[in-house]
Amino acid sequence: MGYNCVVLIKQVPDTKRVTGEAMNPDGTVNRAALPAIFNPEDLYAVELALEIRDRFGGGKVTVITMGPPAACEALRQALYRGADEVVLVTDRRAAASDTLATSYILSCAVRKCGQVDVVLCGRQAIDGDTAQVGPQLAEKLNLPQVTYVEQLQDIKDGVVRIRRNVGNGYEIVEGRLPMLLTVLDTAGHPRPAAARRLMKYKKARAKLELEAAVTAEMPNATAEGKATEVARRLADLQNRGLIIHQWNLDDIKADLQWCGRDGSPTKVHRIQSVILTGKGHKGILPTDEGVAELVTELIEDHTIS
Amino acid sequence: MANFFADNEDIQFLFDHFNLATLADGTEEGYRFAKEFDFAPADAAEAKDNYRRILNVVGEIAGDVVAPTAEETDKVGNVLNPDGSVTYAPGIKESLKRLSQADMMGFTLPYRFGGLNCPNLVYTIANEMISRGDASLMNIFGLQGIAETINAFASEEIKQAYLPRMSSGEWTGAMVLTEPDAGSDLQAVKTSGHDTASEAPAAVWQDAEGNWFVRGVKRFITNGCGEVLLVLARSEPEISDGRGLSLFLVERGPWVKVRRLENKLGIHGSPTCELFFNDAPAKLIGERQRGLITYVMSLMNGARIGIAAQSLGIGEAAWRVARDYASSRKQFGTAIENFPAMRELLVEMNLDLHAARTVNYWASFHVDQEFSALKLLEAGVADKEREKALKTASRKYKRMNTLFTPIAKYYASEMCMRVSMDAIATLGGSGYMKDYPVERHLRDSRITTIYEGTSQLQVIAAVRGVVSGTAESYLEDLAAGNWPEWAVPLVEQLNAGRALLSEAIAFTKAQGGTEYMDLHGRKLVDIAIALLVGFWFCKQGLAKAAKQVVARRWLITRMPEIRKLHSMIMSGDRSAIADFETLAAPVPAGE
Repeated sequence: MGYNCVVLIKQVPDTKRVTGEAMNPDGTVNRAALPAIFNPEDLYAVELALEIRDRFGGGKVTVITMGPPAACEALRQALYRGADEVVLVTDRRAAASDTLATSYILSCAVRKCGQVDVVLCGRQAIDGDTAQVGPQLAEKLNLPQVTYVEQLQDIKDGVVRIRRNVGNGYEIVEGRLPMLLTVLDTAGHPRPAAARRLMKYKKARAKLELEAAVTAEMPNATAEGKATEVARRLADLQNRGLIIHQWNLDDIKADLQWCGRDGSPTKVHRIQSVILTGKGHKGILPTDEGVAELVTELIEDHTIS
Repeated sequence: MANFFADNEDIQFLFDHFNLATLADGTEEGYRFAKEFDFAPADAAEAKDNYRRILNVVGEIAGDVVAPTAEETDKVGNVLNPDGSVTYAPGIKESLKRLSQADMMGFTLPYRFGGLNCPNLVYTIANEMISRGDASLMNIFGLQGIAETINAFASEEIKQAYLPRMSSGEWTGAMVLTEPDAGSDLQAVKTSGHDTASEAPAAVWQDAEGNWFVRGVKRFITNGCGEVLLVLARSEPEISDGRGLSLFLVERGPWVKVRRLENKLGIHGSPTCELFFNDAPAKLIGERQRGLITYVMSLMNGARIGIAAQSLGIGEAAWRVARDYASSRKQFGTAIENFPAMRELLVEMNLDLHAARTVNYWASFHVDQEFSALKLLEAGVADKEREKALKTASRKYKRMNTLFTPIAKYYASEMCMRVSMDAIATLGGSGYMKDYPVERHLRDSRITTIYEGTSQLQVIAAVRGVVSGTAESYLEDLAAGNWPEWAVPLVEQLNAGRALLSEAIAFTKAQGGTEYMDLHGRKLVDIAIALLVGFWFCKQGLAKAAKQVVARRWLITRMPEIRKLHSMIMSGDRSAIADFETLAAPVPAGE
């Protein structure tokens, strides 16, 4: 028994550690200058999936990400925390996908997973902050969705009861599985990596990673020799349960016209590089008058209303 | 997103400085576990990589989960419920849950019991980081020596029954040693047999079938509310000293009642319990009569390294607040760190902290070396020459550990009191207020020089290693070899210090008996520590230029200190004993 969960995650630049070189001169994000991290709210989505597995009689947690081979590090992080299977969806033809194309590609990947009871996403990624992929994915999968999930209270006879944040409060909603949830970072705190899983799954690799490693280690080998070595390592990892599955657009039967640049109607009108500079500080007296003055000032400049 | 491993440059440096690969060779027993456990390392490099990753996770938990709850835990403490159970402070409960989820509750236990099979040094680093987050959590996280003791000395049946649930974090333990009249003097654990008076110290008795039961009171028991209690009790009423004591395992149940939680100066998250055992069924650990002299001594040595690690964490936490404050607090138009007196204060704090860390990591390292040699011997060595070498090595390390373990406990705990005091000095009036955490660090620090053996007891243990020649020969080995040009003048000074130490030792021995040695023990130990740290800093300077500056500064302040201590020892003065009644004055008359 139990419920099968699929979690969609993203590796993002750590926008909290922005340094001077974080932006390119053209105003786009310089991803190379920022450390890549697990999108914070996606960790909460993974945690919720693991809770569903642990609390409601098993089931499988599959974690999927779309991105370059470097995103495998985020998938390994998911394995350290308890994911059962992980999948890298990677294809050059998927480059430049906007949220619509991304959600289409991810919907194809979820379909390939077979019977799925719960699809989970973080509310939004810290690099784009659109919060669009989760809801669009639900539409494409034709699933009901509950966004801004803070707590999964119960699942009974296929009906799930959820507490969702509505900004100035919360509401309790019920719905029938299968369903898509987008999860907030006020949900259950993500569990840490488990040391023994860490020691095991640090060796998990996707095929592209093996190919890169073999090329680096055997620069003089023939293409055939390299391919043989990759196949050998792949089989070895397979035996030890250390495979990061790797799917391309053909594997997930994606229609190319909905992928990549062609499938992305978003046109960037203008990118603004806003540089916030500190201009000293202002002392506020710890008196009622001081606080009142501050509040007035904040209302006047529309920081609060 | 704080990480107390990644953000600590000194720990990062020492992690690479110590040869963890040789320790892994011992703990992994030729990497034979890789066949059985898919996560066990296949070679030294992989083991070291695992250690780094493990510490990284601990650092994350310490920074993100433990530290943010420390203030609240200090305020609310633990709760003793009417039914005699104890509810941990919310922060302690949450932290233990996270550490259990991360597989961190069986740090040094074998893989087969769900442990991580880490060397003691790696566990020491983890303990330090946890303590930096909240010193009082270490009193529970750092009790893993109880499981180690079970693993080392109990029967296979007991190991199977308890260790997996301890490494999973489901169960925690307590070392149940002290009684109202038996603190430092554990040999005084009471002799009486089956005693029904509930105030009597705990005693064991046997029924007709040979089953053991514990009855009576134990006091000052850290985490006495835990599930697995190792109780020291007198099994041989006719033997009044330590040889009459055995170690028993009592499982929590209706037969153990927490009667009281102590109201302490600090470490409020650590439940200090008074326990009453009501004919609690007990299982003998290992053999009778070895309870104190073998098992508890072993447990205690590990615990001393643990307290030293706790002290490092407290020192580090206090130091960081002070360093940050000194750079941001402005007086007379400039940051207070720019005033010469403040600079000297901050420099001393940091050097003290680095010195203590070095001492404790070396102490842990040598403990691991002894265990490694013993483990290899246990597994059996075919080659006679190799067997002989291992036996010699294990004896050598054992001798060293009887010196280094008490030195580490003594130095690190005294250090964290000094650093916490100076942190308050740095913050001035603000530091005295509850608004800043340094007053908590000072309160937490105060216990470290007391429990697991007071500083005075550590010195008594350590000074014997100093006068026996162990320290001198270790220092001689450290001094040997070719030093680069920058180090030559430093090593010359240190060698002059060695001569002073030898002279002071010879003088002390010439006084006969142990009274003079115990009177001046602390001075002898302080000289030895100053010299050891001096050499270790020089060795670290070979790998890192900043440590050369540290070594130079260390000698600038410590060489005069060594000369002072030397001249005090050489004076032959016994006035503190001889003129005690005059100098200490008689006991004031009562009302």
